[in-house]
Amino acid sequence: MRKLILAALLVMALARAQESAGNAEAGKRLYMKNGCYQCHGTVGQGTIAGARIGPPPLSLQGVIRYVRRPAGQMPAFTEKVMPDRELTDVYAYLKTIPPPKPSKDIPLLNDLRGK
Amino acid sequence: MAKKSPVGRRGFLKGAAGAAASAAALATSSPAVKAQAPERAVAEHAATPLPSAALAANEKSSPAPRVDVYTTDRPGSDFMVDVIKTLNFDYVCANPGSSFRGLHESLVNYGGNKAPELITCCHEESSVAMAHGYFKIQGKPLMVMAHGTVGLQHASMAIYNAYADRVPVYIVLGNIQDINFRRSDVEWAHSVQDAAAMVRDYTKWDDNPVSLSHFAESSVRAYKIAMTPPYEPVVIVADAVLQEEPMPEADRRTARIPKLTLSTPPAGDSGAVAEAARMLVAAENPLIVAGRSARTPHGIALLVELAETLQAAVQDRHFRMNFPSLHPLNGGNIATADVVLGLEVQDFWMATHTMTPINRMGMESRLITKPGAKLITIYSGDLYGKSNYQDFGRYAEVDLSIAADAEATLPALIEACKKLITPDRRRAMEARGAKLAEASKAARERDIELAAYGWDASPISTARVSMELWNQIKNEDWSLVSDVNPFFSSWPLRLWDFKKHYQYLGEHGAYGIGYGAPAAVGAALANRKHGRLTVNIQCDGDLNYAPGVLWTAAHHRIPLLTIMHNNRAYHQEAMYLTDMAARANRGLENFSVGTGINDPNIDYATMAKAYGMYGKGPITDPKDLGPAIKEAIAAVKRGEPALIDVVTQPR
Repeated sequence: MRKLILAALLVMALARAQESAGNAEAGKRLYMKNGCYQCHGTVGQGTIAGARIGPPPLSLQGVIRYVRRPAGQMPAFTEKVMPDRELTDVYAYLKTIPPPKPSKDIPLLNDLRGK
Repeated sequence: MAKKSPVGRRGFLKGAAGAAASAAALATSSPAVKAQAPERAVAEHAATPLPSAALAANEKSSPAPRVDVYTTDRPGSDFMVDVIKTLNFDYVCANPGSSFRGLHESLVNYGGNKAPELITCCHEESSVAMAHGYFKIQGKPLMVMAHGTVGLQHASMAIYNAYADRVPVYIVLGNIQDINFRRSDVEWAHSVQDAAAMVRDYTKWDDNPVSLSHFAESSVRAYKIAMTPPYEPVVIVADAVLQEEPMPEADRRTARIPKLTLSTPPAGDSGAVAEAARMLVAAENPLIVAGRSARTPHGIALLVELAETLQAAVQDRHFRMNFPSLHPLNGGNIATADVVLGLEVQDFWMATHTMTPINRMGMESRLITKPGAKLITIYSGDLYGKSNYQDFGRYAEVDLSIAADAEATLPALIEACKKLITPDRRRAMEARGAKLAEASKAARERDIELAAYGWDASPISTARVSMELWNQIKNEDWSLVSDVNPFFSSWPLRLWDFKKHYQYLGEHGAYGIGYGAPAAVGAALANRKHGRLTVNIQCDGDLNYAPGVLWTAAHHRIPLLTIMHNNRAYHQEAMYLTDMAARANRGLENFSVGTGINDPNIDYATMAKAYGMYGKGPITDPKDLGPAIKEAIAAVKRGEPALIDVVTQPR
């Protein structure tokens, strides 16, 4: 049991290390150059054509899995056209995007409530 | 058959050999000419230089100067105007052309340029799209004039949009049928054997009248056909000779203009309506899908009444303003419905199926309704159709198909439903309605939360633009006249409070780009008399097809607020290019080749100013947007068109 816990901790640590290994600046360039922004918006806010991904709601591994085998309208991006290394950089960029202000603190949005 | 002389058919006057004699002859032809002729003769005389000796010698060796003077006290085009006036058009949109010059002249002089008033357009595509937008506000068709050849070629895409969007446009084409009347190679090139042939696949009816009485009857018939649901464009050819030649004496005595009586829209068969009511009242979870259900403003009230009677969810596909956006029954999930009622849904198959993935390779479709769900359609498109252009969509397998106009059928359906509802059913329906209201509220809350993402981004998020705009117009009598689904991520439809028929006009019809700007100007023209604030969220690619319509708006003082959705790309195609590159396992970085509208960036504010209207921008900082909109609205309230260039997120 102890071995199992250690192994799980190791996997988590490795995943965290991998997530922090990306280069956010390079990731932003790739995000724009490869057209990720077309569907997801330049700050990952999401559009009618693509889900919100900034800040990322999935883990790096989750993002890579989805990019390789997406559902719905998104095309599959193979390792050849967007290697894991590049996706790691893109993920690092998405992690730099701050969460939005709560909508209740944005008067134009908060005014919509109750109407 | 002897060749007819074009001159021989004209009522011209032969004078003596001099300007004075011509002027004298002219003076006898009409009161208007009588008053003007002496002055003109003097002016022409004063402006004519004395001939040089060489010219005088040359004149002597030339044939005698022609002195035939054409006058017509009653050109055929005057009678055409009489006919047109009975059809009660507010405006006629046209880019001028020689093949309808006679009708043009009669409209502005004989007709007094009123009812219809001429709107100067810079492209025939703009003329038709303006008529398209106008109709969706006013419920009245506009007339469009164009050359039967080159003008119609320009107009054709816009006609197809109107056809696919069930919008009547009344198109009058100039043509010179008789070869003896073609004055030049230009007129030969602008003449055609069968002018309407080019658009016959996507117009409902056309005719090529050979006499003025024929013109009268066919013009009235064309209007009636265009205005019988499903509404569609029609074409009448106004032969140039009929226009310009005097009205024959025989026609003057006998020609009459038939009375126009519009057909009542076709309502559904009473037995089928009763069966639909039985299925809907018995359903545990009915869903109404609205396509172009609200054919008139009253259609919204009828759909609300049906939905509230049944406490059924309404999924508005936004081809018209069918249902209030904040109504608690707005929404619903087709996957859980046991009865689905489609009201004027052109492609009901698409509404009931999903395709995964949506690209063509390995495409699979599946029904998204649950097993055993019953499908009902009320659709006027079942009464009329053509085969070549495929806007009719895939064949829909349904359980009850009512070939009728939905709006005309709803009163009977509502009454039939009311009669069947027992107290038990009423209680069940009220419980369902309460759940739907909760779901609708939750969906709205999610949209408000999502709108906060990217709020301060530059390029400016489409949600932010929508809300800055809403903040400025929400207390006005506003009318959003552009398609925002999906180009603007549908944010206005998700966040604003749409209630009235003129607050949303739906889509292009056939998705022919270049519709947006002229349709907005046409809609604004209709809104002008009602004093409404017309708002257009304008895609950049769309505007560049025929931006001259901005000049039309400025020239005719049509108040319109245009907010540029300037994402500097034909963005849908950029996404497709990325999609294709990913599938081909190739590099992704070339998506902007052939899709970008940048390098150089287009300065839309300067473009607007060049056309004579208010222009501001480019706005890149979201904080600058609210004040800019406020300033532009002030210009619009002064009666001007105004444009703000906003650099936006792609969607």
